[in-house]
Amino acid sequence: MMPEHDFGAHMEFPQPDIEAQLEALDDRMTHARSAREKSALRAERRRLERKWAASLSAIERVRMARNPARPQTLDYIAALFKGFIEIHGDRRFADDGAIVAGLGYFNRRPVAIVGHQRGRSTRERLERNFGKPRPEGYRKAARVYELAERFALPLVTFVDTQGADPGVGAEERGQAEAIARNLELMGRLTVPVISCVIGEGGSGGALALGVANIIVMQEYASYSVITPEGCAAILWRADGPEKVAVAAAALKLSAPDLMAAGIIDQIVAEPPGGAHRDPAAAAKNLGAAIKTHLARLSKLGPAELRWHRERKFAAIGAAFIERRSIASRADIE
Amino acid sequence: MENAAERQEGMADDLWTKCPACKGITFRKEVERNLNVCLKCDYHFRLTVEQRLAVTIDRGTWRERFAELAGTDPLEFIDSKPYPERLAQARRATGRNDAVVVGTGKIEGQRAAVGIMDFSFMGGSMGIVVGEKLARLFDYAAEQRLGVIVFSSSGGARMQEGALALMQMAKVALAIGRLRDARLPYISVLCDPTAGGVAASFSMLGDLNIAEPGALVGFAGRRVIEQTTNERLPDSFQRAEFLLEHGMLDMIVARDRMRFTLATLLRMLTSNSRKAAPGRGQARKAHRS
Repeated sequence: MMPEHDFGAHMEFPQPDIEAQLEALDDRMTHARSAREKSALRAERRRLERKWAASLSAIERVRMARNPARPQTLDYIAALFKGFIEIHGDRRFADDGAIVAGLGYFNRRPVAIVGHQRGRSTRERLERNFGKPRPEGYRKAARVYELAERFALPLVTFVDTQGADPGVGAEERGQAEAIARNLELMGRLTVPVISCVIGEGGSGGALALGVANIIVMQEYASYSVITPEGCAAILWRADGPEKVAVAAAALKLSAPDLMAAGIIDQIVAEPPGGAHRDPAAAAKNLGAAIKTHLARLSKLGPAELRWHRERKFAAIGAAFIERRSIASRADIE
Repeated sequence: MENAAERQEGMADDLWTKCPACKGITFRKEVERNLNVCLKCDYHFRLTVEQRLAVTIDRGTWRERFAELAGTDPLEFIDSKPYPERLAQARRATGRNDAVVVGTGKIEGQRAAVGIMDFSFMGGSMGIVVGEKLARLFDYAAEQRLGVIVFSSSGGARMQEGALALMQMAKVALAIGRLRDARLPYISVLCDPTAGGVAASFSMLGDLNIAEPGALVGFAGRRVIEQTTNERLPDSFQRAEFLLEHGMLDMIVARDRMRFTLATLLRMLTSNSRKAAPGRGQARKAHRS
C-alpha cells in the first residue's frame, strides 16, 4: 500500500562480516587436505549460516523478501513446470501484468498456476506494476480458479507482492470486490490448492492468491497484514527507518512467526544467504514441498478438499480467543 | 488502516449538535428524532451499535450471541501502548469485548441474523474475534435458515494482530460461501467508513450491497493514493455515490428508508426458499461452537 521502497543492492546480504567469514571458509575448504578437515570446515560453515539466519532482524528479512534478485514466479514456473502455457486477460477490462496465470505440467500432471510477478529490470517492473495487482489481475486469477475447478486441475499459486495497487483506477474498478470475490471463490474449490509464499506476502493483494489447503513459505519470505512502512505511518505516524524496523518486528511477519501462529504449514529451506544465491537449489526445495503436499491432498475427495480448507481457515486464530463475560449494553435495550 | 478513526462528530455541547458537513447547529434531540440525520443537509451521522439496533430491530426482539468471545494478544504487540491496554480501554469505553455485535432479531417482523460493527472499538478493525463472530453468525444463520444482514464500519484489518487478522478476511468469506450454498440471502450494508480488509472481504460479498448516503468505502486509503499518484483527490472519491456510479453498489438507501428496504428485500428473497443448492447437503459447520 505504500510508495516504492529502497530496493537497493545493499540489502542483499545484510551482514557483510558474516559473508566475509563464509567466503574465507569456502576458500579454506577448497584447499583442505584431508576429508576430516573438510567435514570440520563444512560443519563450521553450517554453524555460521545458522548464526547468520538467526541474527536477521525482521526488517532485514523483509528486505530479503523484496530483493529483486530473488527468483520470482516466472523463474519457479520455468524450473518446476513443463510446457507452461500462459493465459491473459480478465475478459472485462484488461490484462494485468502483475499477475501471471496459466496451465502447465507438474510431474506429468496438468495443473493451474497463478502468481504475482514483480519484475526485475526497470522496464519489466513498470510493465508489471511492481507486482502490485489491479482488479483485472484478481479477475484473471478468478478465471483460472474457475478453470481449475471445472476441469479438476490442482491449483498452485505463488505469492510475491507488496500489496494491491494504490491507484484511482483500481478503486474505480472495484479492487475490494475483486479481492473479496477471490477469497470466496478459492474457498469453495474442490481441487487441491497449494500456495507458496516466495517473497513478500502483502495484505489483501496476497491473500487473493492465498486461500489454500496448504500454505508453504520460503525461509526468508514474509507475510503481513500491512507493509512495515504502512504500519509505521499509521501507528507511529513516522516514516523513518527506525520506526519501520520496529513495525516490522512488531508485525511478526517472518516464516517462523507464521508457522508459530498456525497459519502456514511448512517452511521451505532456502540456500545459505537466500534463494537468489542458488535459484536452482531454491526451486528444488520448493518443488519437493509442492510434490509432497500435492500427493497428500490428492488422496482427498472433492468435498473433502473444500472441507479441509474451510477447517484450516476456521481454525486460524481460534487458540487466541477466550471467553470473557461482559454486560454488553446491546442486551439492555 | 484505522486512521479514519479520528474523524469525530463535531459536538458543540450536550444540548446542541454541529453537523460536520454543513456546520449547521441543531438541537440534539431533534437530530436524534430524525435518526441522526442532519435536518438541514441530510448528512448521516455515524451511529453507535445501540443506535443502529434501535433504528433497525423491532423492539424487544434482539438476542445477542457470542458476546463472550474475547481476544488476547497473540503477537505481544506494542506501539505507543501495549495492545492489551488498547483492548482494555476500548472495552471500558464500549462495554463490549470486541468490535462487532452479532445476534438475531426481527426487522418489521422478518427474523434475520444481524451483525453490526462498532467503529468506536479500535476503528471497527477486524481481528480474530471479529472474524470468528461473523463466521459464526453466517454458520448459525445457515443452520437456522435465516438471511443475514451485516452493517459494516471499519478501518480494515487490525494491525495489532498481524497476519492472523489478515486471515480473518478469508475465514468470513468462506462462511459466506456456505451460506450461499444454503441459498440464504446476505445483504451487506456499508456504513461510513468501510475500508481496507473489511471492504475487501464480507462487505463487498453481499448478494446485495447497500450503502448509506455519503459513506466512505474503499480499499486503499485516500492519503496513500494521493501520495503515490501525486494528485489531490476530490471529496467525492470513494464515497457511496462514487461506488454506485462505478457499478459497485446496488443502491444507496437513506436511513429513514433502510428498515423498510431491508425487510422488503428479505421478504422477497426468502419467499420461495429452495433450502439448499441441488446436489449439495446443508452447509456444514466448520466451526465448533
